[in-house]
Amino acid sequence: MARTAIQLDPNTGPPAPRRRSRVGDRVFKGASATVAVGLLALLALLLGDLAVGGARAFAKFGLGFITGRNWNPVFGREQFGALPFIFGTLVTSAIATVLAVPVSVGLAVLLSEVHSGWLRNPLAVFVDLLAAIPSVVYGLWGLFIMKPVFDHRVEPFLSATVGKVPVVGALFRGNPNGGDLFTAGVILAIMILPTVTAVTREVVATVPRELLEGAQALGATRYETLRMAVLPYSRSGIVGATMLGLGRALGETIAVSLVVGNGLGIGASLFKPGYTIPAVIASEFREATNVGVHRSGLLALAVLLVVIAFVMAALSRLLLRRSVRLMGGSATVAAERAAFQVNG
Amino acid sequence: MASMATPPPVQLTTGISGRRKAKDRTFTLFLWACGVLAMLPLVFIAAYVVAKGYPALNVAFFTKEPAAPGEPGGGIVQSFIGTGLIVGMATSIAVPLGALSGIYLAEYGQGRLARGVRFVAEVLLCTPSIVAGAFIWALVVVALGNFSAFAGALSLVVLMWPIIACATQEIFLLVPQELREGALALGIPRWKVILRIVVPTAGAGIFTAVMLAVARGLGETAPILLTALGNDFINIHPMQPTDAVPFRVYNYARTPVLSQHAQAWGGAVMLLVGVLLLSITARVLSNRQQRRIR
Repeated sequence: MARTAIQLDPNTGPPAPRRRSRVGDRVFKGASATVAVGLLALLALLLGDLAVGGARAFAKFGLGFITGRNWNPVFGREQFGALPFIFGTLVTSAIATVLAVPVSVGLAVLLSEVHSGWLRNPLAVFVDLLAAIPSVVYGLWGLFIMKPVFDHRVEPFLSATVGKVPVVGALFRGNPNGGDLFTAGVILAIMILPTVTAVTREVVATVPRELLEGAQALGATRYETLRMAVLPYSRSGIVGATMLGLGRALGETIAVSLVVGNGLGIGASLFKPGYTIPAVIASEFREATNVGVHRSGLLALAVLLVVIAFVMAALSRLLLRRSVRLMGGSATVAAERAAFQVNG
Repeated sequence: MASMATPPPVQLTTGISGRRKAKDRTFTLFLWACGVLAMLPLVFIAAYVVAKGYPALNVAFFTKEPAAPGEPGGGIVQSFIGTGLIVGMATSIAVPLGALSGIYLAEYGQGRLARGVRFVAEVLLCTPSIVAGAFIWALVVVALGNFSAFAGALSLVVLMWPIIACATQEIFLLVPQELREGALALGIPRWKVILRIVVPTAGAGIFTAVMLAVARGLGETAPILLTALGNDFINIHPMQPTDAVPFRVYNYARTPVLSQHAQAWGGAVMLLVGVLLLSITARVLSNRQQRRIR
């Protein structure tokens, strides 16, 4: 690098290079700023393009697009009510969040106690690599390995045990065969686990040392330290991590579409086939022409999805930023490192 | 003396009541259960994918186009070529865009505009991949009237640009401020400082960011599905429908044909190996890099 340092030329004197460099600076700054602002343009174009595409469906069905239960793309009898997809998306993501968040928080606490290092911390590496697995691989595994096990063992067991409980039981009754919301939710839980864990881990790592030591000095056990010191400080960060995971789960397409069963029903049972917004876009786009409103309907679904996902993302950033700043952490970006590699 | 000094700690430990201790035990157990639970999926997935996919890997798999459904033999060479084409194009578009955005955010990023861009980049990181696909489908595919490798690459750019921007920004910020100040004090213009000092210092880190983004692009199915459509034959024309490995795996998984299931597992094993190699290399590089900078 020293080799590349600029040789000061005594003959030209300072003014001339400074002027030249000012031009260079302006050009370079301008170029990089233009490209960076391109990200704003990308966001605007993405939202605008989808909104324009979806406008016809929204115009034709209005609120009925969100509340309607009937989805019929056959031209002439077109009816687009997206409620079954919204239902399926929300339910599978909710299952994923409920299952993944406690495990993630536990993992994050566990990992924060182990001093990190490449080989000394194989658990962290394992979790991170989980994030790298492509979603289609999850889907293939879920379809051929996990789903049969769930159909024949896990779900019958659950309906025989938890299914007997009065209120909650309704969730676990029904025919366990075939793809269903529950299986999709479990696959999603595995997929968002690394994201939520990594972000939670960063959040937990910013809890001031003095607090932990103080709690321990008072004789607090490991559990009490967590309750007294870690959780109160990282609560909003954990909520942020959860929302990030939820946003991921909402937009997941391939793995879910392979195991969710693609059924339009809405009911209490989690053992029924469902359908999600990404899955329906993926399976119907090829037949969607502009003759009717079908194409517009799918784009309107994409609008719904992207708006929810971006709101989740924005909220989670704000929460994480606040929680990290609250604790005097320096790099807010650090918490997002994990988000770089999750597949969709 | 010694016997007098020891009682307090003994008292302290016995001072924890049975209930508190039990709670703590349960909690510790829960933590380790979480650890085990988190390890299982990777082990299971990797084991099954390798066990089921390995038998499918033969010369024909890598050199032949698909056989008719149900007939033995054939391969998915067009998927490998297609993935190379699409991801290659996407990378060559996304890397300059992402790296320049990262430079802007790290080196010039103090104002309100930069804060806005940073926020938008972070939000764009969460773009659902199907949305990236639907966006390019509506914008490019529908407008041009055909599915193409180029459209597939663009949909990956939508995902990779923010990833590279955020990751490189972070890496540039790791470069010590003293280096910049020293160079600026020598009268070197800012842009030269960035290109000749900051970027080379961050070197391997940039490479890491790119590898993570490529790993992401490599595994994406949904955007490819909506934009490149797939193809049973080798295609290297950027404006024609093109195949990709994840897309082929997805399609074969949904057919009832057993020989295609076997090839789906074969494709999955290649994807898994590729993506894991990329992210492990990226991790090793970035660890080494961070140690060097600090």
